[in-house]
Amino acid sequence: MAFAAFSTATAPSTDPVARRRSPVALFLLLPGILYLVLFFLTPLVSLLLTSFQTPREFGDIGQYDYAFRWQNYTEVITTYWPHIVRSFSYALAATFFALVISYPLAYFIGVKARKWPLLQSLMLVLVIAPFFISFLLRTLAWKQLFSDESFVVQSLKALSLLGPEAHVTGTAFSVIFGLTYNFIPFMTLPLYTTLERLDVRYLEAGNDLYASPFQVFRKITIPLSMPGIVAGTLLTFIPAAGDYINASRDFLGGTGTQMMGNVIEANFLVLQNYPSAAALSIILMTVILVIVSIYVKRSGTEELL
Amino acid sequence: MKLSLGKWLLPVYSGLALLFLMIPIGYTFVYSFNDSLKSNITWRGFTFDKWLNVCNVQNGAVCQAFGNSLFIGAVATVVATTLGTMIAIAIVRYRFKFRSQTSLLLFLPMATPEVVLGAGLAAQFLSLGVPKDMLTIILAHTMFCISFVVVTVKARVASLDPALEEAGRDLYGSAWQVFARITFPLLLPGILAAALLSFALSFDDFIITNFNSGAVTTFPKYIYISAARGIPAEANVLASAVFILALVVVVTVQVSGAAKARRLAKLS
Repeated sequence: MAFAAFSTATAPSTDPVARRRSPVALFLLLPGILYLVLFFLTPLVSLLLTSFQTPREFGDIGQYDYAFRWQNYTEVITTYWPHIVRSFSYALAATFFALVISYPLAYFIGVKARKWPLLQSLMLVLVIAPFFISFLLRTLAWKQLFSDESFVVQSLKALSLLGPEAHVTGTAFSVIFGLTYNFIPFMTLPLYTTLERLDVRYLEAGNDLYASPFQVFRKITIPLSMPGIVAGTLLTFIPAAGDYINASRDFLGGTGTQMMGNVIEANFLVLQNYPSAAALSIILMTVILVIVSIYVKRSGTEELL
Repeated sequence: MKLSLGKWLLPVYSGLALLFLMIPIGYTFVYSFNDSLKSNITWRGFTFDKWLNVCNVQNGAVCQAFGNSLFIGAVATVVATTLGTMIAIAIVRYRFKFRSQTSLLLFLPMATPEVVLGAGLAAQFLSLGVPKDMLTIILAHTMFCISFVVVTVKARVASLDPALEEAGRDLYGSAWQVFARITFPLLLPGILAAALLSFALSFDDFIITNFNSGAVTTFPKYIYISAARGIPAEANVLASAVFILALVVVVTVQVSGAAKARRLAKLS
């Protein structure tokens, strides 16, 4: 599936077929590549240009002229640094929790359930099942389940685990919870793909050489499942850092939990402050690209596609 | 005692984790039967009404949005699957210049946060003075689906034995005949998987749509707009129906795949 995009496990390293040089290749590539240039690459360029725009003199709200106003960047950083920090820390926390929750699950499906292919397939279907129902409705369901009148919150209050005035929704906890929940399938699937190929004889060899179960896990299982860990953490971290549904006030967030996505949306679609929205988008994209390239280099999975 | 506990820990945990994943789905499904008034928050009793009269609420606004999503998903899927399949074949089968640049161009849309993709396209449409409507949504969805199609179909092309096509050429099949009678049928499972993935991505997309939709409402956008004042149970009905349909399709494919694997295992 698409999750193989971030892992090298499925890409055959050697070419079994001698590739031919032919004009057919150009015919096959050109339409799609042109499409991506027109609707992916040039939009990024126009985003970059927009991020340096300056308000038009005597212009209305939302009217800007092309310029080189680099102050847009310093302004959004000074205004929105809490949102920037929040985006990356929430995404980091959600990625961590999703990894901790998904690894044992993926291990069970990919290694322990091998003897029962039907169970394996059915469990995989359940992992991807959340994709079949609207992302927004799933998130709203959690909001209702955590609302002040809900059974969960009422019981927590009755047990004095939660103060009488405390809320669950609108807190950092609920936003990170929502992000974690929504991206668990993105973490589990690539982990499953690599763990499914794990040769259990390596683990047996470790046991035979008197390694403790923990040592076997740390020295053999983890390194062998690294491509899955890299793919899963990227597939969770990138969308989580840019997400603004979970942090939105109408969903699991509150005033104090707004992330970069919320600010970009508000500036672009409500305030019509396009340069600020563009500058924030460029910052988000740059940070993510830097993180991705360092991370991928360090974990040694360089060939991505 | 200790041994059996360790043995059961992982399966029990996995069951609980899957149960956890199902909670909001179950909630959405159960509340599609809620005899609710305008907003669907408190339980007011069981009814089949919402399932039977899905399109009657708000002059059919929910169904209108749902229909838009189906249409956008269908068009974007057809275009993205065609373009993506062509690229996948070229990458696996042919040598060409700028290979690594092409790979990068295909990888980047998947590594870019949706909010950046959405804002970028919206900035471009704004500067060109293109009005945002159904067409801009379709253009946007096609863009982010292409890369996923390439990745999915590429795996299938790579596993295809070129000897089969050579045999076709040896038997004097024309280039078109070889493609239509050999290559395409063998690639079909991969292409179908890619199309399903594209449709699912397009159908559930909200962030990019929100930036490029103007006044057009898709199903996820409808939910987002209504979230503040409460979502009618009819939205739950449509989402649950889609869920059941998708589940039936996937379970059928998985079960028949597993049965096929077992038959093959028995043969060898």
